[in-house]
Amino acid sequence: MVEQNVIIKTVNLNCFYGDQQVLRDINLDVYRNEILGIIGPANSGKTTFLRAMNRLNSRYLHYRQTGEIIFENQNQQDIADTLLRQKIGIIFAMPQVLPVTIYENVAYGPMVHGVRDKHRIEQLVEESLKKAFVWEELKDRLRSPAVKLSGGQQQRLCIARTLAIEPDVILYDEPCSGLDPISTAKMEDTMALLAQSYTQILVTNNTKQASRVSHRCAFFLMGEMVEVNQTQKLFTYPDDQRTDDYITGKFG
Amino acid sequence: MFRKINERIIETAIRVSGFAVIAFVILIFLFLLKDSLSLFRVYPLKAFLTSTQWLPISEPPTFGIIPLLMGSILVMVGAIVICVPIGVATALFIAEVAPGYLKMILKSLVEILASIPSVVLGFIGIVWLGPFLKTTLHLNTGMCGLTGAILLAFMALPTIISISEDAIIGIPRSYKEAAYGLGATRWQTMWRIVLPAASSGIIAAVMLGIGRVIGETMVVMMVTGNAPIIPHSILQPLRTLTATIAGEMGETVGGSDHYYALFAVGLVLFVITFMLNFVADISLRKSRK
Repeated sequence: MVEQNVIIKTVNLNCFYGDQQVLRDINLDVYRNEILGIIGPANSGKTTFLRAMNRLNSRYLHYRQTGEIIFENQNQQDIADTLLRQKIGIIFAMPQVLPVTIYENVAYGPMVHGVRDKHRIEQLVEESLKKAFVWEELKDRLRSPAVKLSGGQQQRLCIARTLAIEPDVILYDEPCSGLDPISTAKMEDTMALLAQSYTQILVTNNTKQASRVSHRCAFFLMGEMVEVNQTQKLFTYPDDQRTDDYITGKFG
Repeated sequence: MFRKINERIIETAIRVSGFAVIAFVILIFLFLLKDSLSLFRVYPLKAFLTSTQWLPISEPPTFGIIPLLMGSILVMVGAIVICVPIGVATALFIAEVAPGYLKMILKSLVEILASIPSVVLGFIGIVWLGPFLKTTLHLNTGMCGLTGAILLAFMALPTIISISEDAIIGIPRSYKEAAYGLGATRWQTMWRIVLPAASSGIIAAVMLGIGRVIGETMVVMMVTGNAPIIPHSILQPLRTLTATIAGEMGETVGGSDHYYALFAVGLVLFVITFMLNFVADISLRKSRK
């Protein structure tokens, strides 16, 4: 089911905040159309890794990184911020809806990237909301403020917003940490369906979620990548003792 | 027991001060109204509001508020046109663009600007800005509405900058993260996310700035030429409501028609500022929804 086709490749990726090293020599391939789960305890560098993918870390002062990130056979550093973030969208832990209407939230992305045609935008909004499976719930209230939606709806609205800019890769930074179990289940269903056409990287604190949703899974610990394996293998016969200890709850 | 009495005292004190403020405003209004009505007993209200001449010491006197009102409005509009774009842009620069050290320098400079007494600004207007405008724009006199508008804009800038900046800094980080995450540039983020999100605070800042402009007396008295005639452009000498009261009050006999006419001018000023505040309040409420 996983296409053996690398879309993102990191080579000896090291990340630092000031003097503190948060990621050490990460060599990881991400395959096209897979859901790659990243698990690990707090401060293991998962989020930093994720934000390095579309260079969002560069907004932090004192951040620097060494090594290479190859995206679609191109060095990531050679791709402009705006284009890179259009190709690699991100969903944050807390749903970050903008203080405008539902419609404008989704339309914002395409407008930022220069789509001016009203019909095209309308079409993109509808398509994206459908792809994120919120169209049925939201179609009658597109003009009402997005902040009034429930947390789960907001998060799926954020997915729709990201889909509207037609990315290749979607990053999730603990997307369900603030959601109830039902909303979480809906998010997971959405991710599974999106796997047909998108590459997804899911950072989560919830190991159960990683085991349910991801195709492959990586375990990060203290800035190192301990292991990456097929999810089923990682959760049943991990190669590394530390992975076993973490998933069986011996620490965390 | 002791605690209960203490609570009572504090509660009463707070309540009294609250009501006192309301009482003061109402008393000021009543006081203005009473003295203005004394004028309208001898001078028709209609003439006061529609006459195009302000000739308080001719025989018989004419008290037409139109020239003064026009003067005030012209200077106010001029000042707003100058200070709002500059103020909001400066606030954006300080809050979003400037590196740390520049931010500190700019903020303290803005505070210094706020602490310049208006008479000093008026002085600068007389000795430098007025003559400068006169020669560069080939005017008959540099003492005109534009000079006043520019100086008033400077007086309103600190208010607009610091309150807008607070509003901009106060918007949640997440809005900006979301915009950058979607690939928006810095400018797109500022224009489409930061400014709209901070709009209620910015409107409040602008309204407070306008309040400062319309009430200011010293600068306009010093630099606008003090000619109580209907100005046809901002490049002509004019006189504002405030400058009229301040300039003529010393020369009137208490209890004369002229004296009461100045109170009527004060009443008009009061009504204008009241309406401005009212409109500001409504727009603030709307944008908060």
